Amino acid sequence: METQEDLEAGREVAEASLPTSLRGVQPKFETKGLKAGFGTNWVLKGIDLKIPPNRVTAVMGPSGCGKTTFVRCLNRLHELTPGATVEGEALLDGEDIYDRNADPVAVRRRIGMVFQKPNPFPTMSIYHNVVAGLTLNGERNKKKLDHAVEHSLRGAYLWDEVKDKLSNSGASLSGGQQQRLCIARALAVEPEVLLMDEPCSALDPTATAKIEELITQLKRDYTIIIVTHNLQQASRVSDYTAFFYLGKLIEFDETATLFENPKEELTERYITGKFG
Amino acid sequence: MTSSSKGNRRSGSKGDLVLKTSVGAAAVGIVALLIGLGVELTSGSWLSIKTFGLQFITGSTWNSVVDTYNVFPALLGTLTASAIALLLGVPIGLGVAIFLSERARGIRAGATALGSLVELLAAVPSVIYGLWGLIVLAPFMRDYIEPTLKSVLGIPGLFSGTPIGTDLFTGGVILAIMIIPTISAVSRDILNAVPNSQREAMYSLGATDWEVVRKAVLPYARSGIFGATILGLGRAVGETMAVTFVIGNNINLPKSLLSPGATLTTLIVNQFGNTFDPLSEAALVEVGLVLFVLALVINILARLLVWRMTKSTRFRV
Amino acid sequence: MTSIFTSGRRQSWRRIFDRIMKVLILLSVVIAIIPLFFVVADVVVQGLPAISLAFFTKNPPSPLAGYGGILNGIEGSLLMVGMGTLIAVPLGVGAGIYFSEWPESRLSFLSSFTNDVLAEFPTIVVGLFVYSLVVAPTRTFSAVAGAVALAIIMLPIIARTTEESLKIVPVTLREASMALGVPRWKTIFRVVISTGKSGLATGILLGIARATGETAPLVVTAGYLNFPPTGLFQQTASVPYIIYNFGTAGYPNWTTVAWGAALVLVAFMLILNLSVKFFIGRRSTGVRAEI
Repeated sequence: METQEDLEAGREVAEASLPTSLRGVQPKFETKGLKAGFGTNWVLKGIDLKIPPNRVTAVMGPSGCGKTTFVRCLNRLHELTPGATVEGEALLDGEDIYDRNADPVAVRRRIGMVFQKPNPFPTMSIYHNVVAGLTLNGERNKKKLDHAVEHSLRGAYLWDEVKDKLSNSGASLSGGQQQRLCIARALAVEPEVLLMDEPCSALDPTATAKIEELITQLKRDYTIIIVTHNLQQASRVSDYTAFFYLGKLIEFDETATLFENPKEELTERYITGKFG
Repeated sequence: MTSSSKGNRRSGSKGDLVLKTSVGAAAVGIVALLIGLGVELTSGSWLSIKTFGLQFITGSTWNSVVDTYNVFPALLGTLTASAIALLLGVPIGLGVAIFLSERARGIRAGATALGSLVELLAAVPSVIYGLWGLIVLAPFMRDYIEPTLKSVLGIPGLFSGTPIGTDLFTGGVILAIMIIPTISAVSRDILNAVPNSQREAMYSLGATDWEVVRKAVLPYARSGIFGATILGLGRAVGETMAVTFVIGNNINLPKSLLSPGATLTTLIVNQFGNTFDPLSEAALVEVGLVLFVLALVINILARLLVWRMTKSTRFRV
Repeated sequence: MTSIFTSGRRQSWRRIFDRIMKVLILLSVVIAIIPLFFVVADVVVQGLPAISLAFFTKNPPSPLAGYGGILNGIEGSLLMVGMGTLIAVPLGVGAGIYFSEWPESRLSFLSSFTNDVLAEFPTIVVGLFVYSLVVAPTRTFSAVAGAVALAIIMLPIIARTTEESLKIVPVTLREASMALGVPRWKTIFRVVISTGKSGLATGILLGIARATGETAPLVVTAGYLNFPPTGLFQQTASVPYIIYNFGTAGYPNWTTVAWGAALVLVAFMLILNLSVKFFIGRRSTGVRAEI
């Protein structure tokens, strides 16, 4: 059993091992001993990670390492699966989203998510897809909605392509466009954090390039956490990278440093393609 | 797939042929059965078709003294009772389906048990529902529900006239009870077929459980649920015994929901003792023909709708 | 920046509404199940007084004269359901084999679709069909007519369950048999049917359950008789018909006879359903009647 002192000591070590650029920076998201799994079958075995604000943080690792589970814990999506269990803390701007009094609905409002396979709502038009989150909160003002639609679609680099067909079904677009629509939909509720679970793995190279460019622009206004198994993508797009293995956080550093000069052997083996 | 041993090939392929032909014949037989149903019903009712023509379904007299057999009141009864059944049965059936498919988180075991209980409802023979309806439900309706309805919604034509319990409304209620298992079972399969990614997308926007159901799941499942409803309608239209106990069996035009009435199906069972001549016999068979057409149309429509969603024309009951 | 705790009237209202809907949904489940409890309870409570050994060995009483028995109905039902099964099983199993083994053919699709439609058909219409076909020409209600009607009603269930349970048998099993040189038809019979046997039994039991409870078709094909069956081409009683006849008459003792018959019927259904569960539990065929 870890005592309070052990935990404190552990955190000092963790703080000291933070990349220099992040020491003293208030993290946007901080997990403390985050465990997640099904029953006692833990997929995540205690993650202490500080996600910096307004940067892109990549979460990488071989299949089964828990990266997707980790990200799904950040917007409390993991617990929706029957039998799912979560322990530990996840602090968004210092407040634990798993606090007993915290409202998952309010939490998820502040965190947007883009999924591996684009999932626009097929029975809704493009317009209604984008404002789906806003109408939940009762927003009915047409002007505000129109403005949000344009703003979000522009922000997702999709406006010019769909501005004349906003009433078409959300499912009538190409794969890459659908994904950008999902991004616009997530942006429309003005979240602070954007979670992306392998957003390009179902897309072709052109669509992927567009979205990667989008990501580098978005970080100005959002904190982005992207799960990816594509090393090149991580190096292109992210500022920081966290390397997971078998449910544990192995290494977390500036992307450039982690790729060129990994501190851990496991990380190095992954980077050089020896497994995963 | 071919047999690899030459020695067996000859007997094999002969045996194969025999099997394929005989079971193929059974399959053909089923199609022939349905077609035969239509043909036989038409020929059996020919006399009536010739005599009454369209008036069969538009006229309101069923009287052997004047040799007139028209079924409009019964048709109206079928439509009314079915409408009531749907109005009551669809929300409840859908509610059960939502419970079983969406809320089963954490109460998995309970949900399966409840699911089986609802299915058990479907296993009770309709004649027993009828008996219970006559002895238990009808008096209850007459003494408690119908007077209340009359005082709240007592518009002439809707809930007017003396409550007697065995009337159109109770017929509709018992039909509702009977179609709930159908609607809930089919709807549950439909809802389970909605991809989880749709729910997750809605959840991640910050929606409550109900909002996820209402805005993401139900719209996606729209056509399938409509199909389930139509299937429930088919069941209601075809149901005979449960209704005949409680509907009052009056072949005149009903004045309100609280009047005794009849449906196409109850008309047949009730009038069967009174067929003394070819014309009345043919008329009863023609009622069957009308039901045949109705059932066929409704059933095919339902399957088309379910097919659109689940890519299969099959659903479990 | 919104809080992670519910705040604002709008948010609280959404939370409340969510709770309300969940209560309503739970309520609908309760409402759905209530009739089942009441029906079963009433059947037991009202029917038990009539039950005695005599109930299974005597014929129905005259009005106002005790409970008698439902021997005529029991024998009649056994006869007609039995004959119906004999007719429906070869046809149903045959069709089911065809659907499962030759699924690509157009006949398969057409017949399978027709089968599904027939399964949901108003049974009174089936009864009228048999009336027109058998009763009208022979000028009499008969056990045969009743049996034919029941057979038509059982057929789709048997065909469907046969198809499903055969489809579950793994392709590898068939391929292994054929690779050994066993001709296709023998493969089907030996390997496939014996492995899917419990599924077939399930289908037949379900068909019997359905047929036993049917009343409407028998009203127009078999009629009624106050005595056990006297001939295949004579009117014949059945348990459901007794419930109908005696339940609507109005005499108190007759009503109790009807409840008693209902209790017997429900008990029989229970036994059948338990047998089905037993079969399903035995093997992992996990077959359910699909319509």
